[in-house]
Amino acid sequence: MEKLDKINNFYHDDKVIDACSIFGMMDTSGKCFSGKHITRAIANMHDRGNGLGGGFAVYGLYPQYADLYAFHIMYFNHEARAQMETYLEEYFYVLRAEEVPTNPTPNILKPPLVWRYFLKVRGGENSEQRQQDDYVVEKVMDINTRAKDAFVFSSGKNMAVFKGVGYPEEIAEYFCLEQYEGYLWTAHGRFPTNTPGWWGGAHPFNILDWTVVHNGEISSYGINRRYMEQFGYNCTMQTDTEVVAYAVDLLARKHGFPMEIVAKILAAPLWSEISRLPEKKQRMFRTLRQVYGSLLLNGPFTVIIAHQGEMVGLTDRIRLRPLVVGTKDSMLYLSSEESAIRLICPCLDDTRIPMGGEPVIGSLQNPLNSRKTTIQDLQSKTGMGKDIDRC
Amino acid sequence: MKTYLPPKFIIERDQYRCTQCQACVSQCSFDANYYDAGDDEVRSREENCVGCHRCVVFCPTNAITVRENPSSYRRNESWTHEAIEDIIKQSETGGMLLTGMGTDKGYPIFWDHLLLNASQVTNPSIDPLREPMELTTYLGQKPDMVKLTPDSMDIETEITNQIKLDIPIMLTAMSYGAISLNTQKSLARAATEAGTLWNTGEGGLHPSLRKYANNMVAQVASGRFGVHSEYLNMARVVEIKIGQGAKPGIGGHLPGEKVSLDVSATRMIPQGTDALSPAPQHDIYSIEDLSQLIYALKEATNYTKPISVKIAAVHNSAAIASGMVRAGADIIVLDGLRGSTGATPKIIRDNVGIPIELALAAVDERLRKEGIRNKASVVVAGGIRNSGDVTKAIALGADAVYIGTAALVALGCHVCQQCHTGKCAWGICTTNVGLTKRINPNIGTRRLTNLLNSWSLEIKDMLGGMGINAIESLRGNRLHLRGVGLSDTELKILGVRAAGS
Repeated sequence: MEKLDKINNFYHDDKVIDACSIFGMMDTSGKCFSGKHITRAIANMHDRGNGLGGGFAVYGLYPQYADLYAFHIMYFNHEARAQMETYLEEYFYVLRAEEVPTNPTPNILKPPLVWRYFLKVRGGENSEQRQQDDYVVEKVMDINTRAKDAFVFSSGKNMAVFKGVGYPEEIAEYFCLEQYEGYLWTAHGRFPTNTPGWWGGAHPFNILDWTVVHNGEISSYGINRRYMEQFGYNCTMQTDTEVVAYAVDLLARKHGFPMEIVAKILAAPLWSEISRLPEKKQRMFRTLRQVYGSLLLNGPFTVIIAHQGEMVGLTDRIRLRPLVVGTKDSMLYLSSEESAIRLICPCLDDTRIPMGGEPVIGSLQNPLNSRKTTIQDLQSKTGMGKDIDRC
Repeated sequence: MKTYLPPKFIIERDQYRCTQCQACVSQCSFDANYYDAGDDEVRSREENCVGCHRCVVFCPTNAITVRENPSSYRRNESWTHEAIEDIIKQSETGGMLLTGMGTDKGYPIFWDHLLLNASQVTNPSIDPLREPMELTTYLGQKPDMVKLTPDSMDIETEITNQIKLDIPIMLTAMSYGAISLNTQKSLARAATEAGTLWNTGEGGLHPSLRKYANNMVAQVASGRFGVHSEYLNMARVVEIKIGQGAKPGIGGHLPGEKVSLDVSATRMIPQGTDALSPAPQHDIYSIEDLSQLIYALKEATNYTKPISVKIAAVHNSAAIASGMVRAGADIIVLDGLRGSTGATPKIIRDNVGIPIELALAAVDERLRKEGIRNKASVVVAGGIRNSGDVTKAIALGADAVYIGTAALVALGCHVCQQCHTGKCAWGICTTNVGLTKRINPNIGTRRLTNLLNSWSLEIKDMLGGMGINAIESLRGNRLHLRGVGLSDTELKILGVRAAGS
């Protein structure tokens, strides 16, 4: 019999359905801070999860290895580690390998062995970044679809995902996140309805340095997944969140769209909104929707998508799941509930609930300065936000 | 020769209600009712009755009931009424049996074995009365990806020849000659009003319908009737007809009696001559020939029109469809086993082809496997009866559907399968001037737009129930379908899971 703790979708449902709390915080000036703040914030939304999954993503974590792919792998037995390390040696230069320090707590049951590896693509010295990234994606897909007792859950540079079965505050304690520092943190507390809870099934989902935390259920999943399969992305975990992570990788990294445009593909403006745009933009958004219609995410969702230097909050186009934005000096907060932001930052400069489908983007390239930048400015920095505003 | 055929229907006339007004006599184009002046009584010749219900509907006192002749042969599972009577007909005529409409045989209708999903708890259903609900569909070839200008403010990728449909339901090919001008005018006007397309069929374009050319699919079939440069360039889409579901592998034949002056002018053939469409297109004997015709038509229209290719759903549709897409088709149309026609040999209609649901599932899956699904839109036809069928077709992978019979039923058709006789009592499938007046294009247009409107309301409700507010999120989204009463093989071909799993 298959072991429940190694399988995400034990009952082979169409997809794993879950609801959640999500939180993201970013210092757009690039200053790093500890994980204890986000742990407090996500713990404040304890009741939105049910203890079957919690996780964090942190960026700017390994500045000393900033150019190396940091693979975080969970193993369910020691043989799997030995096999995997042979595999990694074969395809990568392993510059450092270590067990991820943990702090065993009574609430965390049957944790897998978690190791991290700092890797360079073997023979990749002269190849372009994109080719190296493609290589890493392919290897991660290969490991996660083939290896039985090993699972790569983080594969980006200078970032990491920490996740598992438990409430997020328990996961934070288990992985000692108060000791890590980063300039961008996202967190997730999970409420799955139909899965016994598998460590790899917790959020954030990751490929390269893209991470996604997600609250919602994507009713377009069936076609999103079939569309991604055409581009070689296999949704091995049958969760709709995974498909978001891959979609972002395809659109942003392979097709080269900025996040503002990615958001307008995932939560496409209504045809009636497009028809009210100036002609040039009309053509652009119509074309995007015609070509990428199969990637429109339908159904209720809020996601926080992050990658190196950027954090994006986005809801579905009719905002069926909550998202609150707060700013304080150079800090940007995204949360399911305002209370969680207020808990760790009582005196916000500004808070706002963005319109459905309107991305809120925090970026190191465009640091916040609350005296000058309002949240509205963040949303309309390309001039697209305002045009499409539904008000 | 004395016919051995019994009447198919019994016409019962309630003498208490009947006022001898003779409305049934003038309405019946099959001479099934007559007035006996001597007896001052309306009577019936039941052997002529086709069960079209024209007299039933138009009897002012509801005096008439038409029902199937209950008299029966000795029960026999093999030698059914139909089997016996077909032989009787052939022994009396010596010809192929002709018929109209789509097959009436009991082949499995997979629509009736597929069920749609709805949201409960974990996902809110969306109320189309309160929230936007989008059915807009663009047909045509799409590129693999969009390239932006370096500043991300404009697109470099130019995509052309996209056809916007306000609802993913189009009115299928029915030629002038097969159907009356008033019927075609009703279809053309309704398509224009509803923001969708109508299709000329293979009979060319009558001058009075030119104003509806912007919503027109111009068909180019093996007979090339009425095809000229202006006709092609007026259309929105040019469609090459290779085959149709009601008669895969054979051509067409419009009898000379139907080729009136107007039809002859539209088809560009002499009046009173038979209009013969050869079985194959004589310039297409292979896939590379199809490519040549596609590009000849693209050249003729200066690459301003998407080119559609229509085939009957047959055994190896998936491979054929893949070839059609690679040959340059922008839209592929699959016409299923239950597809209709104005005239077809009965034996072909009832025995050749495959159900559209299976063909659609196989074609969509094949094109996706080959990574070319975006290169062409997929449209299905043949047996779409209601908005549930439309919704299921889209979930299986269709971009849009064509309806034919459903549109004619909206105009009055009672599916009596007499299209090939040219005597249609409802004035639809005939060129008899007296009969064609029975369709008033104003009323016909209203009946059709009502139908399209009610289906679009229903589709929106079903989409909202699934938690979806744009039709593209349903297209090919087979997770919203479940099968009931299907074998594992059928489920596998359809790419859907069994209900309850």
